[in-house]
Amino acid sequence: MSMSLVTVAYIGAIILFILSLGGLSHPETSRRGNLYGIAGMTLAVLATVFGPQVNSQGYAWIIGAMVVGAAIGLYAARTVKMTQMPELVALMHSLVGLAAALVGFATYIDPAATGHLQGAEKLIHEIEIYLGILIGLVTFSGSIVAFGKLSGKIGGKPLLLPARHWLNLAGLLVVIYFGARFIQADSIGAGMTPLVVMSVIALLFGIHMVMAIGGADMPVVVSMLNSYSGWAAAATGFMLSNDLLIVTGALVGSSGAILSYIMCRAMNRHFVSVIAGGFGTGGGAPAPAAGGAAQPAGEVVSVSAQETAELLREAKNVIIVPGYGMAVAQAQHTVQEITRHLRDKGVNVRFGIHPVAGRMPGHMNVLLAEAKVPYDIVLEMDELNEDFPDTDVAMVIGANDIVNPAAQDDPASPIAGMPVLEVWKAKTSIVMKRSMASGYAGVDNPLFYKENNRMLFGDAKKMLDEVLVALKG
Amino acid sequence: MAVNSRSGIRRTVPLACRGPDAAPVSNQGKVMPQVIGVPKETAAGEKRVATVPEVVEKLIKLGFGVMVQSGAGDAANCSDDSYRAAGAQIAASAAELWSGADIVFKVGVPTADEAGLMREGGTLLGFVWPAQNPDLMQQLAAKKATVLAIDCLPRVLSRAQKMDALTSQAGVAGYRAVIEAANAFGRFFNGQITAAGKVPPAKVFIAGAGVAGLAAIGTAAGLGAIVRANDTRAEVADQVVSLGGEFVKVDYEEEGSGGGGYAKVMSEGFQQAQREMYAKQAREVDVIITTALIPGKPAPRLITAEMVQSMKPGSVIVDMAAERGGNCELTEPGRAVVKHGVTIIGYTDLNSRLAKQSSTLYATNLFRLTEELCKTKDGVINVNMEDDAIRGLTVVKEGGITWPPPPIQLPAAPPKPAAAAKPAEKKGHGHGGSSEPMSAKALALLFGIGALAFWFVGAYAPPAFLGHFTVFVLACFVGYMVVWNVTPALHTPLMSVTNAISSIICIGALVQVAPPVTEAVGRPGAWILGLAVAGIVLTTINMFGGFAVTRRMLDMFRK
Repeated sequence: MSMSLVTVAYIGAIILFILSLGGLSHPETSRRGNLYGIAGMTLAVLATVFGPQVNSQGYAWIIGAMVVGAAIGLYAARTVKMTQMPELVALMHSLVGLAAALVGFATYIDPAATGHLQGAEKLIHEIEIYLGILIGLVTFSGSIVAFGKLSGKIGGKPLLLPARHWLNLAGLLVVIYFGARFIQADSIGAGMTPLVVMSVIALLFGIHMVMAIGGADMPVVVSMLNSYSGWAAAATGFMLSNDLLIVTGALVGSSGAILSYIMCRAMNRHFVSVIAGGFGTGGGAPAPAAGGAAQPAGEVVSVSAQETAELLREAKNVIIVPGYGMAVAQAQHTVQEITRHLRDKGVNVRFGIHPVAGRMPGHMNVLLAEAKVPYDIVLEMDELNEDFPDTDVAMVIGANDIVNPAAQDDPASPIAGMPVLEVWKAKTSIVMKRSMASGYAGVDNPLFYKENNRMLFGDAKKMLDEVLVALKG
Repeated sequence: MAVNSRSGIRRTVPLACRGPDAAPVSNQGKVMPQVIGVPKETAAGEKRVATVPEVVEKLIKLGFGVMVQSGAGDAANCSDDSYRAAGAQIAASAAELWSGADIVFKVGVPTADEAGLMREGGTLLGFVWPAQNPDLMQQLAAKKATVLAIDCLPRVLSRAQKMDALTSQAGVAGYRAVIEAANAFGRFFNGQITAAGKVPPAKVFIAGAGVAGLAAIGTAAGLGAIVRANDTRAEVADQVVSLGGEFVKVDYEEEGSGGGGYAKVMSEGFQQAQREMYAKQAREVDVIITTALIPGKPAPRLITAEMVQSMKPGSVIVDMAAERGGNCELTEPGRAVVKHGVTIIGYTDLNSRLAKQSSTLYATNLFRLTEELCKTKDGVINVNMEDDAIRGLTVVKEGGITWPPPPIQLPAAPPKPAAAAKPAEKKGHGHGGSSEPMSAKALALLFGIGALAFWFVGAYAPPAFLGHFTVFVLACFVGYMVVWNVTPALHTPLMSVTNAISSIICIGALVQVAPPVTEAVGRPGAWILGLAVAGIVLTTINMFGGFAVTRRMLDMFRK
C-alpha cells in the first residue's frame, strides 16, 4: 500500500467520522452514526498498519496489543451498568490522555522522527511534543479524578486550596519556563528533565482543576475532558504531521467544547467560572451564611406512597422530572412501570429533562432509554416548561436544584438565573427525596415549602415500588 | 376611647388567658407578643369576618395573641365558642376590642367611628381604598397608625398572590354570580334528554375574563351551560378556553392590556365593534354576567336598554360591576329587578352571600400577609419598607401617609411580540435556534484577535506547519457545525462516540511500533516499542469499549 493510498484512506476515514458525529444528532440516525464511526476507525487502523509506515516486524506486537485492548474494552462495555456510564466515559478519557502522552514521549526519544528537522520546523515540532504531552497528562489526571468523583471514591465537594488561582498561575509559569529550557536542550537526554518536570506539574494541574469543581458541574467537566482528549489527539497529529489525527482530534475537541458550552448555558453560568471551580460552596462570597433571614417560609407537607398513587391515578396530565437521585436509587425501571401503568389508564405521562440533570450530559435520557421509556415522551425542558400550568401532577424524582424556584425569584440565590423546570406551576407537585438536605448547589429549595407541593421522603426506588403496588392495587 | 382602663390587655399572653373574663396576666421584661383584634363588621349587609377559627390557630402559632369581638363571625357561621376553642379571646364590645388590639384585621373600609376607636400608634390591615377615602387616610394618619391596605397589594409580584384578597374575593363573587343567575333562571343550566322531553343547555355569556369572570366561566361550565366569554385583553383567550369557555372575539384589532393585568379604555372604533358583538350575544344567550371594571373609572356601559329588550324573556343578567355604576344600563345597585322580562341582578354583596367561604379565603390572605410581616415568628410585626410587596401595601406608616408607593422596578415583561415569536423559534431542534447573533462590536473584536493570531502564525510558521494548521482550523469548524444541532437526549452517546473516535491516537502509536527506517543511530527501540505498545493497548480499550458502549446505549433509544 503506497503512501498516497493511505492518505486517500485517511480522507475516507475523516468523512466517515464527520458523518458519524452528524448521525449522532438524532435518535433515528444515531445507530448508523455509530457504524460510520466504527467503519472510519477500522479503515484508518488498517490503512496505517498495511501502509508504508509500519513494517511487517511490528504486526505481532500490534495484533497482540490490540487483542488485549479489545478484550478489556469490550468486557468493560458489556458489564458497565447504565448508571455507571459517566464514570466509564471519564475513565476512557483518561486512557486517551495517557496514550497521547506516551506517544509524545515515544516521538521525542525517537531520533528518526526528530533528527532531520532544522530551525523553525524543529522548534515547532518540539513545541508540539511539549504541548501534546501537557494536554495528554492534564486530561489523564483530570479524568482520573473525575472518575473518582463520579464513582463516589472521592467526595463530590469541591476542594478549594487557598490561593488556588495563583497556584494554577504559578504552575503555568513554571511550565512555560521549562518549555523554554526544553526547546533549548541540545540533546534528548538534556530535554528529558524539563519534560518530566512539566509532566509532574501537568498531572498535578489536572488533579487540582477537577478537584476544585463541584459535583453539580460534573457534566461540564466530563464533556470538557472529552474536548481535551480531542485536543491531545490533534496535538499528536501535529507532532507526527498526520492530518487524520489533526482533523479527528479537532472534531472531537470542538464537539466537546460545544457540549461544555451548551451545558454551561443550561446552567446560566460562564464557562470560565465553571473551570475556575468552587461552585456549590458559594465561591468567594459565603452566601449560605446569610441564610437565616432568607429561609423560605411555609410548611413542608409530606405524603405517603398511597396518597401519591391516589394523586397519580386521578391526574390526567403527569410530568415526571428525574434527577441524579433516580440514577442513584436505580429507580428507572420502576419509573417505567409506573409510566406504562398510567399510560395504559389513559394518563398523559411525559418526562421533563433538564439539560444538566444527572452527572453527565444526557444522563437521564440514557437511563430512561435503558428502562425502555419511549423517547418521544421524554422531552427537553424548553419543550414542556410551558405546559406545567395544565399539568395535574409533576413528580420530581431525586432532583433538587433544577426545580428550584429561587433561580427565578431570588436574585441573591447562587443559582439565580439558571433555567429551571417550573414544577411548582403544576396543580400539585410531588418531590421524592431522601431528606430535606439541599442539592449539590447547597441552596435551600423554596419549592418544598410551596402550598401545592408534597414531599415523599424515602429512597426513590423503595417509595416508587410502593407507589406502583398502590397503583395496581 | 372610653375604655382606656382595659389597655392592660395588651400585655396579655394569649394562651394563658382564654375567655373574656380571665384576668390579664402581665409578663413584662420580654418582647411582648402583639394582639390581633378582629371586630364585628359594621357595614350594612356585610356578613364576612376578617379571620376564622382555623386561621386563629395559625396566628397563635406565629406568636400573636388573638382577640375577637363577640358575634363577629356569627353571620359567617363562626361562633364565639369556635373562636374560643381555637385560642382566641372574646371581647365584649367594639370599644374594648379596638383599644385592646395592637393590630386590627378588618374586611370593610373602617368608618370614621371605628377609626376613632383605634388605638394611638396601632396597625390596621384590611380594605382601605386610599384614593376613594382621603378623609379616612387623614384620620388614620392623625392616629399615628400604620395601615396596610390589602387593596393596594402590588399584584404583579408573583409572591404577592397568596396575599391577594382582591383575587380571592373576586373568585368567590364570580362563583356566586353564577349561582344567583341559576337561581333566577327558570331552566336547567345543562342540557338533558329525559323521558319528559329534551332540555337545551343554557347559554351563558360572560363579559370580562378577570378573576371573577374566570371563576364564573368555570362555575357555569361546571353546571353544564354553554359558556362564552369576551375580554378586551386578547391574552386571556387561552384561560377562557382552559376553563371550558369559548372566547368570543371582537371583530376589531386593538390590544386592551393596560399594564399590571388590568384592562384599559378602548378606542371608539373598538367600542363600536364591541357593542355590535354584545348586541348579537344578547339576542342569543340566556344569561349574561358582566364583570368589566377599569381601575379608577366608572364601570363601562356594555349592555344597553335595547340589548336587554332584545333578550329572551326569562333571561338573567348579573351585573357584578353594580357597585361602580354597573355594566348594564338598567342595573339597580344592590337589588334584583325585572325589566323587559329580564331579571337584572345588581347585588353588591355577592361575597357576603357566601360569607363563610369569603371569610376563610380572606382570613388566609391576611394570615399570609402576617407571615410576611412577622418572619421571626415571635408575635411582633415588622413593616419592612424595603420589601416591594409590603411597601406597596403600606399606605400609612406611623402617622405618615406613604400612598401612593413608588412604582416597583420589575423586569419589563416583553408584551405581545415575544409570545407571537415563540412558536416559530421552537422549530429548530437542539440549540441553534435560540442563539442570538453576537453584537457587532464583540464580533469585530473577535475578528481582530483572530486576524492578529493568524498573522502571527503566517509570519513565523514554516509552510509544512501551515498546511496542517489549515486542516486543523477547518476541522474545528466542521466539528462545531456538526455538533451544534445535536439533541440533548443524545449528549451521552455523542460523548461516548467522540471519545471512541479520539482513540485515533492509536495511529500515532501504530506508526512507532515498527517504522521502516530502523537503521537510525542510537534509536532506543525497546523503549519506543514499549511506549507504543502501551499506547495501542490503551487506545484499543477505548476504541472497542467506546463503540460498544455507544452501540449498547443507542440500542436502547426507541420509540
